[in-house]
Amino acid sequence: MLIFLGVVLVVLVLLVLFVIGIYNALVRLRNQVDNSWSQIDVQLKRRHDLIPNLVETAKGYMKHERGTFEAITEARSKAMGANNVSEASKAEGALGEALSKFMLVVENYPELKANQNFLAVQEELSSTENKIAFSRQSYNDQVLGFNNKIQMFPSNIIAGMFSFTKRDFFEIENAAEREVPKVSF
Amino acid sequence: MWEQIRANKRNSIFLMMLMAMVLLSLGFVLGMVFGGGKPEAGFIGLMIASGIWLVLTLISFASGDQILLAASRAKLVTHDVHPQLFNIVEEMKIAAALPKMPKIYIINDPAPNAFATGRSPETASVAVTAGLLARLNRDELQGVIAHEISHIIHRDILFVTFAGIMLGSIVLLSQVFLRGMFYSSLGGSRRRYSSGGKSGGQEQIIMLVIAIIVAILAPIMANLLYFALSRRREYLADAGAARLTRYPEGLASALEKISSDPAPQLDTANKVTAPMYIVNPFKKKGQMKLSDLTSTHPPISERVKILRNMTHGASFKDYSNAYSSVTHSKAAIVPTSAMTKEQVALRQAQEKAVKQERKENQTRQIGDIMRKVNQFAFIPCACGLTMKVPPNYKSKNVTCPRCHKNHEIPNNK
Repeated sequence: MLIFLGVVLVVLVLLVLFVIGIYNALVRLRNQVDNSWSQIDVQLKRRHDLIPNLVETAKGYMKHERGTFEAITEARSKAMGANNVSEASKAEGALGEALSKFMLVVENYPELKANQNFLAVQEELSSTENKIAFSRQSYNDQVLGFNNKIQMFPSNIIAGMFSFTKRDFFEIENAAEREVPKVSF
Repeated sequence: MWEQIRANKRNSIFLMMLMAMVLLSLGFVLGMVFGGGKPEAGFIGLMIASGIWLVLTLISFASGDQILLAASRAKLVTHDVHPQLFNIVEEMKIAAALPKMPKIYIINDPAPNAFATGRSPETASVAVTAGLLARLNRDELQGVIAHEISHIIHRDILFVTFAGIMLGSIVLLSQVFLRGMFYSSLGGSRRRYSSGGKSGGQEQIIMLVIAIIVAILAPIMANLLYFALSRRREYLADAGAARLTRYPEGLASALEKISSDPAPQLDTANKVTAPMYIVNPFKKKGQMKLSDLTSTHPPISERVKILRNMTHGASFKDYSNAYSSVTHSKAAIVPTSAMTKEQVALRQAQEKAVKQERKENQTRQIGDIMRKVNQFAFIPCACGLTMKVPPNYKSKNVTCPRCHKNHEIPNNK
């Protein structure tokens, strides 16, 4: 009898430990997903911060391109003032487009392309574009791991018990933009 | 990614247990010899061997990365010294979801190479040579950095350090023994008279022969294990780099450039640190043709071919497929548990211009990078000349040697 009770107790303890382990793994994965989502925002904000700098450096050289500058500043203020997620993603997309157009125009100004300050801003900006792309990529990687864990046996049971829900992937709505920002600096 | 790490851990633990067994049996046999064939003495030898290993491990755990970086004369740099390098490392840090930004070091060496070190992803460092920075374009540099970051997230650095220490202890023990034998045999056969006594003279000679054989074989075995450990990890880090950048061509062309580089080999690398570098720092002629067993790195041509064969996507599965089509081997290089069904699309090159500069230009660039690392002040003059002033320059002003304009040196006390 005593032996039987002991066995039951050991099995129970092991079971509880097992559940705790999986639960903690799920929480860790979910936090990683949240963290990589916030990384995207960090990089988008950094892009907003860089734009005044870019406009300032380039203005002196590009006197006849006022339309391009206006498009960028307008897109920026729209993106900064966006209230909800869908509005923000639309505005950020427009900003990205305006910037890549600007970078095409820069090709016509060899003097600007030789300017050290401009080159530095350009490097920062192109790197920020990359960081945005990579943070989205990383977010999707984390979501994939999290969703796999939620759907696979046996962790799906524990996920169901504590109501962990699947996350959505980051999808770019505009099909043209899916082609990865081809901002060739 | 987690499955990847776990599978890696299992393989490495198995290989390292084998190495530990080599180390312990070496200690046991040597103890037997010195203790006159008694098993108790064998156990004392075993304890001494594990003691040496423990001390070395503790040292390397406390400051192994610092020792390594200091030995390669690497210098810690900030964003201002090389913004592009700094940005690329940050990009890859984001792509790999590392918890913390790795520290970045630059090594003053014209040979293009790179390595990563550190105990955990939180304390990792990445070091690149000035030659690498001068020769590669942005996409290629990104590939190399992604390779190093993959080493970090696969915990390769930890295992390479651990295995390196174990290899070191085995080599140390057998060297001490073999040299001891050599000198004591020069000094006459005193020991045999003192400890041998009446019985077991013959047994002891047999013991001695066995010990010498073990002492010679142990380092070789440990070396083979070490190499097996590190070569597999190079492939995996390549696969990881392709997955992080979604652009295998970047790393492929970087590897090609590095291997065809005419610069002499890295002078601060040695046998034990060799597996840490992205390509083998010793490129003696014939290295490529040397038996596969004794090389820390797979042949570069093969690594390039595999990366270029990844035409369908950048996931681990795509790398694995490319690997088997290039090497015709059926053994899976990527653990099957890591190959989840995922669609990983490739991307386009970001930089059109290929950095194909002339040799003098590259040499000057290497010099400039090192001057920046060493905190020289760069002062551009209106006449187009840039003056590079060393940090220990006393005067507050400097005159342009071409147009004789006077310039103030910023931040000079």
